[in-house]
Amino acid sequence: MTLARLILREIRHRKTNFALSVLGAVIAVAVVLATLGSLRAYDRQTEAVVDQMEEATKSEMAKLEDEIRKSMKGLGFNLFIFPAGQDMGEVYSEGFASKTMPEAYVTKLAESGVVTVNHLLPSLTKKLEWPEQKRTVILIGVRGEVPIAFRKPKAPIIDPVAPGELVLGYELHRSLGLEKGDPVTFMGKNFKVSDTYEARGSKDDITLWMNLGECQAMLGMQEKINAIQALECNCATVDRLGEIRTELMEILPDTQIIETQSTALARAEARNQASATAKAQIEAKKEQRALLRAEREKLAGWLLPVVALVSMIWIGLLAFINVRERLPEIGILRAIGVKGRTILGAFLGRAILAGLVGGIIGAVIAEFVRLPSMDSGLIIETGEWIAAISAAPVLAALAAWLPSLAAAQRDPAEVLRYD
Amino acid sequence: MSQSTNTALDEASADTEIRPPVLSISEVAKQYRTTEGTVQAIDHVSLSLEPGDFVALHGPSGCGKSTLLLMAGALLSPDSGTIAISGENPYALGAEARAAFRANRVGFVFQQFHLIPFLDVLDNVLVGELAGTLPHGEFRERARELLDRFQLGHRLHHVPSKLSIGEQQRVALARAFLRSPSLILADEPTGNLDAENAAIILEHLGDFAASGEGAVLMVTHDDRAKAVAGRSVEMRGGRLV
Ligand SMILES: Nc1ncnc2c1ncn2[C@@H]1O[C@H](COP(=O)(O)OP(=O)(O)O)[C@@H](O)[C@H]1O
Ligand SMILES: [Mg+2]
Repeated sequence: MTLARLILREIRHRKTNFALSVLGAVIAVAVVLATLGSLRAYDRQTEAVVDQMEEATKSEMAKLEDEIRKSMKGLGFNLFIFPAGQDMGEVYSEGFASKTMPEAYVTKLAESGVVTVNHLLPSLTKKLEWPEQKRTVILIGVRGEVPIAFRKPKAPIIDPVAPGELVLGYELHRSLGLEKGDPVTFMGKNFKVSDTYEARGSKDDITLWMNLGECQAMLGMQEKINAIQALECNCATVDRLGEIRTELMEILPDTQIIETQSTALARAEARNQASATAKAQIEAKKEQRALLRAEREKLAGWLLPVVALVSMIWIGLLAFINVRERLPEIGILRAIGVKGRTILGAFLGRAILAGLVGGIIGAVIAEFVRLPSMDSGLIIETGEWIAAISAAPVLAALAAWLPSLAAAQRDPAEVLRYD
Repeated sequence: MSQSTNTALDEASADTEIRPPVLSISEVAKQYRTTEGTVQAIDHVSLSLEPGDFVALHGPSGCGKSTLLLMAGALLSPDSGTIAISGENPYALGAEARAAFRANRVGFVFQQFHLIPFLDVLDNVLVGELAGTLPHGEFRERARELLDRFQLGHRLHHVPSKLSIGEQQRVALARAFLRSPSLILADEPTGNLDAENAAIILEHLGDFAASGEGAVLMVTHDDRAKAVAGRSVEMRGGRLV
């Protein structure tokens, strides 16, 4: 005969009391684990939602960026740097400047470490008569984009025109019947048509593009340019132009800068806007979910102790009933010399067993809980499983402590005297 | 018996060649205090049982028989006077030591049997093992032997509710004998039994006393029981008359 045998036989005999004690532990452990598990599942869900939103924003931004890059090719630049003395009235009426500045400015700018502008494109423009054709044309000498020294050289946005070649605007090649590859004479010099442009409905249609060096030599304006086109960087601040001016004036004090509206800029701004909106949306989502989580946490904060306490009271009450039912048994055991602490062990052992069995069943139930608001199950960490399953018998023993102690200290004479 | 008390006894008998009385009650008094007042349950009682004694204690209801028995069994401490079992005062011991003392010296039999309802016959006899002091399994053979002797060898794995009351009291008797006590205290052991079963119980109690292993103090109203006992004492109002 052992204490364990006594405990097990008694449990088999009074199944209902034991089953109800187990139920108390089952409910407590299942509720505690389900609450913790759903809080974590909620956090995971939040992470997933935010990740998904961030991913979507990133790809949306990349798409916009790509669109802008493509559109820039055709849409040109939005900053013009002119010599300081250039009359802007002339620029607006003629479409180009007549005053010149050294071509070295562009190199200086490119090597300065400038941050507010991109894609520097120097040009020399002059309205003149095409002597061979007896018609007014705009001649623009261009060279390729001047790479900004400290940035990675990117693919040039505007193709340079090679020496000995000309690019013709729509009106010119159409009226002269010239096509790509045709020879053509300009100011007594032979060129080859390297490209012809579609109609743009602007001065471009009567423009003739030439290699910058060749153009300078032809016009006797060596090392001179009269404009640098640039694209402002996509650093959206309120006083964009102010910032650019401040920076450029330090590098090239002898110039002036104007900004023109361009679709590229509008798109860049739209992109910045979209990015800001998306970020705000993600923040709002995070905030909303954090708020909901805090609410749930608050609920858990009182629910868990209450559930633990109620099931402890429940288990304590059942232990008390069990002790009451077993008074004659306790009396005889004490009479035949069974020690008080063995009696205590019999009752505590029973409670511990109830807690352990209930803890395991409760944990298994928690494992299979699916909440309607979540697509996943509960997310419960190993430590929590272990803590819940090991806390249940300890708390059950605490709950049954007082009734068990009363049983152990019961005076056997009380029970046996009235025989 | 525990080893320490054994040694003490051996030395005592070796020195003097005289065994102390199994039970020695001298000038014992006990009062119960209730809200209605105090009851003098036992009023300066002295009684001595030598090995081999079988004493029947009788008297009207409420005269203090059960109270005396509980005090004799190291379950209820007297207000005054002394009680010694085999020369040792159990009330000088702490609660746990007194429990061990009871386990090894005293066997109880009650009118209501007090069997444990969820244990089978063998386990009911073996609950004495829960008192410890000896390794588990020590008493298995003895339990079977006793149950055989009491004609219960075929019912080892039946629960008490499946037994007749005569059989139930025999299980209780086997439980009392398990650890070979020197003192058997029986409180109206035949009170619930028919004549035939009462006779069986009395015979076994008589055998125990006759063997000289110890002594029996039995509370009884039964005249046949008084006849079986070697000595009969009467109690009235907490005194022996
Ligand atoms: N716990 C108790 N509290 C108060 N009075 C008690 C208690 N137990 C017994 N008595 C009283 O003590 C007296 C002796 O009781 P008891 O020993 O049970 O007598 P008996 O066994 O001879 O019937 C009775 O008057 C009884 O009412
Ligand atoms: Mg009585």
